[in-house]
Amino acid sequence: MSALATSVGQLHLTNPIMPASGTFTEDLADVFDLGILGAHVLKTFTAEARTGNPTPRVCDLTGGMMNAIGIPSKGLEHFLTHTLPFWARYDVPLIVSISAHSYDAFARLAAAVSVPGVAAIEANISCPNIEADGRAFAVRADTTGHVVAQLREATDLPLWVKLSPNTGEPVEVAQAAEAAGADALVVANTLLGMAIDIETRQPRLGNVMGGISGPAIKPVALRMTYQAASATRIPVIGCGGITTVADVVEFLIAGATAVQVGTATFQSPTTMQRLLTGLEDWLRAQGIASVNDLRGTVALPHAPAPVPAMLT
Amino acid sequence: MNAIPKDSTLTTAPPYRCAEALTVVRSNAVVNTDYRLLTLDAPAEVLDCAPGQFFQLLCPGTADDQPFLRRPMSIFDFDAATGSLRFLYKVTGAGTRGLATLRPGDRLNVLGPLGQGFSMQDDWQRLMLVARGVGLATLAPLARMAQAHGRQLTAICSARAPEFVMSVDHFRECGAEVIVVTDTDGSSSPDAMRALIEARIAHDGVDAFYTCGSARLARMLQDIGAEYDIPGEIAVEQQMACGLGMCQACVRPFHEGGKIVHRRVCREGPVFQLKGVVA
Repeated sequence: MSALATSVGQLHLTNPIMPASGTFTEDLADVFDLGILGAHVLKTFTAEARTGNPTPRVCDLTGGMMNAIGIPSKGLEHFLTHTLPFWARYDVPLIVSISAHSYDAFARLAAAVSVPGVAAIEANISCPNIEADGRAFAVRADTTGHVVAQLREATDLPLWVKLSPNTGEPVEVAQAAEAAGADALVVANTLLGMAIDIETRQPRLGNVMGGISGPAIKPVALRMTYQAASATRIPVIGCGGITTVADVVEFLIAGATAVQVGTATFQSPTTMQRLLTGLEDWLRAQGIASVNDLRGTVALPHAPAPVPAMLT
Repeated sequence: MNAIPKDSTLTTAPPYRCAEALTVVRSNAVVNTDYRLLTLDAPAEVLDCAPGQFFQLLCPGTADDQPFLRRPMSIFDFDAATGSLRFLYKVTGAGTRGLATLRPGDRLNVLGPLGQGFSMQDDWQRLMLVARGVGLATLAPLARMAQAHGRQLTAICSARAPEFVMSVDHFRECGAEVIVVTDTDGSSSPDAMRALIEARIAHDGVDAFYTCGSARLARMLQDIGAEYDIPGEIAVEQQMACGLGMCQACVRPFHEGGKIVHRRVCREGPVFQLKGVVA
């Protein structure tokens, strides 16, 4: 048994390193063999075709970046006929990330992508819910529970739910997702932000506001991973600012079962390849037999305290 | 020449289209008040380049700037025989300010070559290159390509003033006829340049245009190209993050089949057909 092998629920992974949605397409195969990854998490897509937001869609920040790409999508038909066949060449679990603006549309899309070749569905519930005045599903426990329950009814595939850091009730949201039938939680997504060019006084993103990602948000994602892992019984996949082997280990110690790497791949496309080699070397050097031995081993200063609903 | 540092975590296997590689700075010279020329010792796996392609440079930070994303930079010159890769750049922001601090012997992580380069169809025998500013750097390797293919090349180099004109010697070495136009004597104005180009078309003929660096020049060449039925190619720029096509940050609109479509500059470009670009 490889020291890196793990599983997310019933899904076996050869290692805990996988891409974060939105930072991974077949284009990365130009740089290294994508067959080495623990899972393939595709870019979020919607049932209908979308062009995305106006440019500029990204801007540089200290310790990361901000984006407002706007989920460009070629739609369901293109996904089934073009995207799926490409990924079938890999013997790696394929995780399909989906998004929709209403409960019903989300459920219909989940049913439509529950096809052979798809190992799990990742529900990106950070998009605005038109039935809740545009608030993202993931900012409230009730809307999270409602959408996950509908998704659960629509598919028999493992259901991963990607949470948002833009909530004041992370524990309640995580528990609502679990109670509604989520098989795993992906924690978390980008943090809503804004940047202004002081010369032109214009926002630096065409969409005015965008999502912050990269090393700058790692403590937020790590905190939420710890909270979600402490407050639920389902696997948590850590996501947010992971760049180094130490970052991966930190998330595992906080309670993550696996991790997703996103923005670091934009800076260096070989990041996940580097992390895989480095993690194996680190475990060996530490005399740790399995990556699973790290999970949830954070040494708290006192007896584990109740996890606060919100840290401010 | 400095040896290329070995780093086993960087991809070097041959079947991949591009690679992330460590290079060593050979020189980083001041060209004029605006521009610098960075010469790198680069490994062979990143030197199978085509004119018009670009690299993503992991620019070093400084006390004031900590750029996170790589910066796209078009290739000024590449030579697999000598292991040399060169970029001509203007210091404009956090990334290029970091590049300007590089000294001989320093290392620089590069990703490339990326994107689609220029083409040169068989019936394009008389080429005209029209560019301004840093666009001249992007078109520099095209001149060598034209020479290698035995094509006739006229290069119209536009700049604010004569001291800011770049690549003239390079174009001449590649056998090009070079025409310099500047703002200071008014020769770079749209009317003057249009007259100049139309005179060339009438006298010698032009089979294709190549351009980069100016939306105004692109629109003018689109107009002339449409009137005289002359095709062309343009290298376009856009802010980008990954450089590989994954993030979809660098899309631009193009005219295609009677409608507007979005294409990724890093992946489907940066070189596009001139007539399709929304300049």
